[in-house]
Amino acid sequence: MNEVPIPDAPPAMKGSPLPKPRKVAAADLLPKARFGGPIPWVIAILIALVVIAAAGGLALRNLAETARADISNAVAIQVLEPNPELRGERVESIVAVLERDELVRTLRVVPEDELSQLLEPWLGAGAASEDIPIPALIDVELSRPASPEEIARLQDALSAAVPNARVDAQSAWLAPVYGALAALQYLALGLIALLALATAAAVWLAARSAFATHRETVEIVHLLGGTDAQILRVFQRAAVRDAAFGGIVGLSLGSLAVWLLGQQFAALDSGLVSGGGFGWVDWAILLFIPVVGVLLAFVTGRMTIAFALRSMF
Amino acid sequence: MTNRADEIVKFDNVGLRYGTDPEILRDLSFTLFPGSFYFLTGASGAGKTSLLKLLYLAQKPSRGAIRLFGKDMITLPRERLPDYRRRLGVVFQDFRLVDHLSAFDNVALPLRLSGTDEGKVVKAVSDMLEWVGLSHRAEAKPATMSGGEQQRVAIARAVIARPRMLIADEPTGNVDPEMALKLLRLFEALNNRVGTTVVVATHDVHLLKKVPDSLIMRLNKGRLSDPTGALRFPPRPGGSSSAGSERSPA
Repeated sequence: MNEVPIPDAPPAMKGSPLPKPRKVAAADLLPKARFGGPIPWVIAILIALVVIAAAGGLALRNLAETARADISNAVAIQVLEPNPELRGERVESIVAVLERDELVRTLRVVPEDELSQLLEPWLGAGAASEDIPIPALIDVELSRPASPEEIARLQDALSAAVPNARVDAQSAWLAPVYGALAALQYLALGLIALLALATAAAVWLAARSAFATHRETVEIVHLLGGTDAQILRVFQRAAVRDAAFGGIVGLSLGSLAVWLLGQQFAALDSGLVSGGGFGWVDWAILLFIPVVGVLLAFVTGRMTIAFALRSMF
Repeated sequence: MTNRADEIVKFDNVGLRYGTDPEILRDLSFTLFPGSFYFLTGASGAGKTSLLKLLYLAQKPSRGAIRLFGKDMITLPRERLPDYRRRLGVVFQDFRLVDHLSAFDNVALPLRLSGTDEGKVVKAVSDMLEWVGLSHRAEAKPATMSGGEQQRVAIARAVIARPRMLIADEPTGNVDPEMALKLLRLFEALNNRVGTTVVVATHDVHLLKKVPDSLIMRLNKGRLSDPTGALRFPPRPGGSSSAGSERSPA
């Protein structure tokens, strides 16, 4: 018979405290899962939806900011004078008042032909007729964004000169549009929060399922002196790997969808819609979404397994 | 008298029940001493495996106190349990090999978990597998191994880290008599040369005769029986008494 191969005493035999377990030891404790399970794909779908929702929110924010910047410095002045002969005099009076006002940077009296063309889709060819009184219109660019009080002061000054002059601050009539855009942004944020919750729930379910599947192995590892930290590392690694895969696939799908939608909207060639275009910061935010997804999976997976381990002796 | 430093295990009035069932272990009070060799015997259902589960810290008792290596295991925080489990080597009755790991990796597991250098792991595991006659099966997964092979892997895994106490539940049940004797010699070598305390649960009376200096603990319906009513046989190292044990038949 060969000599009994009693090995050298490992560190555990040489007294306390025990050495810290090596990380490599945890690597093979559980079988390596393949991407055949549904969870990485569920995460991919959720991340893609988050990317699309976030892109929608960012586009709405950009659109609102661009529109606000474009019109906050502008007002339109209508001169309501049915008599065509007097209309020109009223306009001259208004222009004189405006030119003296420090708030006004530039002004342009919209020609009657241009007004007729603008109204033609609604009034037909008769828009150019003298029978239909059309107010005179003056586009004014302000030297700075005007407060409601300044707009009111301008209105008073113009009314004193021409009682039928009316100042339309464009930002005022666009306020409901801004409100709607803000509501849509909040909706996007709400969707992102719900999707994050769904992602955490998917990871939680996956971690619980994986733990139940490998409970026997976990028990053996415990009984052989494995620590909770060593076991946690294995499950965390699996959760992060699945989330990273789902994140990359989801980001790719979501970004592709966003890019295609962007192309569609760009083809509309609309001034308002073009304001929703993306800058590099917006793309960086979208790129950051999978990173947040992986962090979420890491924390959720760790908490789930730590809780399950605490129930064991 | 003994002091606590001499004790490796001390059970004091320990009972165990599962749920609301009657107690399957009752009023167990005994002490195991370092460097001793114990056989735990008893009929099927006597509670041998349950007692071993308490010994290898897989189970908490329903009542009573258990001290291992001088430390109260009932009040020990669970994060400190690995420190004590690493001092134990366990041969489970159903082997409990990790299915996805090879024979080599199963045997290496205790060393790797305790942070042993990989070079030493390879050498120690290779030697151990050679000794139990499984070098050629080092890469085999448990599912492809016979019961006897699995048992030898389980034993190799239990002793590879040179535990301070080896606990084996029917360790020779699936091997031929020659291999059974060989494995018993391994336990004896650990006991004699390293001072490992050995506890072997078996119902094989022939096995008891193979280790002359061993002590026998008999379990009967959840209680340790002491047929003489006295503490007759002191364990080898300290001359102290051990409740419920007797000298093995030579």
